[in-house]
Amino acid sequence: MNTATSTAYNYKVVRQFAIMTVVWGIVGMGLGVFIAAQLAWPELNLDLPWTSFGRLRPLHTNAVIFAFGGCALFATSYYAVQRTCQTRLISDKLAAFTFWGWQAVIVLAAVSLPLGLTSSKEYAELEWPIDLLITVVWVVYAIVFFGTLIKRKTKHIYVGNWFFGGFILTVALLHVVNNLEIPVTLTKSYSLYSGATDAMIQWWYGHNAVGFFLTAGFLGMMYYFVPKQAGRPVYSYRLSIVHFWALIAVYIWAGPHHLHYTALPDWAQSLGMIMSLILLAPSWGGMINGMMTLSGAWHKLRSDPILRFLVVSLAFYGMSTFEGPMMAIKTVNALSHYTDWTIGHVHAGALGWVAMVSIGSLYHLIPKVFGREQMYSVGLINSHFWLATIGTVLYIASMWVNGIAQGLMWRAVNEDGTLTYSFVEALEASHPGFVVRVIGGAIFFSGMLLMAYNTWRTVRAAKPAEIEAASRFVVEGAH
Amino acid sequence: MAFDNLDIGTLRGLGTALVMLAFIGVTVWAYSSKRKAAFDEAANLPFADDPTPEHARNASRSYLA
Repeated sequence: MNTATSTAYNYKVVRQFAIMTVVWGIVGMGLGVFIAAQLAWPELNLDLPWTSFGRLRPLHTNAVIFAFGGCALFATSYYAVQRTCQTRLISDKLAAFTFWGWQAVIVLAAVSLPLGLTSSKEYAELEWPIDLLITVVWVVYAIVFFGTLIKRKTKHIYVGNWFFGGFILTVALLHVVNNLEIPVTLTKSYSLYSGATDAMIQWWYGHNAVGFFLTAGFLGMMYYFVPKQAGRPVYSYRLSIVHFWALIAVYIWAGPHHLHYTALPDWAQSLGMIMSLILLAPSWGGMINGMMTLSGAWHKLRSDPILRFLVVSLAFYGMSTFEGPMMAIKTVNALSHYTDWTIGHVHAGALGWVAMVSIGSLYHLIPKVFGREQMYSVGLINSHFWLATIGTVLYIASMWVNGIAQGLMWRAVNEDGTLTYSFVEALEASHPGFVVRVIGGAIFFSGMLLMAYNTWRTVRAAKPAEIEAASRFVVEGAH
Repeated sequence: MAFDNLDIGTLRGLGTALVMLAFIGVTVWAYSSKRKAAFDEAANLPFADDPTPEHARNASRSYLA
């Protein structure tokens, strides 16, 4: 039967975002290593305002979350939505706009944050003109993504696309509500909210940036790339549906656990704690669904470092989504809050889950969109895997030790009720942990350099004709 | 019914019941045997564009064209 027609995916925008994921990963993680070193050796702030920790820290978080993570999400969502819908993106021009618009946002962040221009909302520091640009880019992203879903050639919307779609819609809502602000000059604005309301809105945003940007989006990635790399469909499609609805229904309420023992009303704190505990169920449902996809194919882990990246990312996801609900319990939080334990928890998720699932997915995707069989060197992927794993473990272990030490030292009291330790004593006790963190972070970072080299060699070997041919696909016209 | 007696506690209870019903509803819907075939089809979407031998032949022809 020859009713098949050949057409092409838009891989150009996927290639652009994929390459920039690697570039921004190096920038963002390099900044992370640098500010970690500043905490161990404060002279590294160079006595300049632009390089002080307070300005570089938001630059680091914005670079890794929105530049590295964001580009990874754009690349993988555009790739997976086209392939699972058997159709080209609805508009090349709009897709290109999201690429250049997002890069412009990142560059503006890289300029404005070291200059000290900030709205001071964590993970939403960028000032109002950049907020507006983000909104426009995001709406166009939604148009491209949902437009492509609408013109799909397949009957069903694959579960990975549900997660990507949920992520896109919710991030739009979070970004707009949290950044409602009154501009007073071009570079200064004030939030519409104040006091406890401001704090609540901020952490409703902050936690759902974790829940939807750093979780739902990357679960979309997981649901496409784990089955694809394992060569078998997801363990349970039914579980994935329950996973999706349960996760998005529960995550949105968990934010108040960032505000335990503050001016936030007690009932809101308790609600945040309970919802965080319930969240364990959908999180682990999804983790188990991803892991069990390998059942019957576990042997592939021996020879395939890409699959290893994906599976270990799920292991770290399971670990940090157990740790999170535990830390949300008020009595545990009384010990852990404001200590390095929180930083360790965040990086178990950020390095172990978000970065490793992105890296695994990119190693799968990059050769495909450049028309190559596989990456230039599988051995280098394997080295990268071990560097990433060891780096993550060193990072989180040092922060656990530090966090618990700090929590215990801060709460220790003498018989007469005075504090046993001064703050500086707890800080001194933390120094070895700070050094181990720099080492762990540097090891993780060095893996990204291997990835950059591996990607460079893969891309350099790709011939224009191969790249062109890679995007071609066949749709059977006989439906 | 005396809805003027609806206090915040009752409202929260109703909310909890509603969310629980929604959860049970989604689970029953997802696990009903009627939908098995459709879900199997959907679960295989990531492999829909793996070139079958026939596809590969058609595809290679189109590269040359």
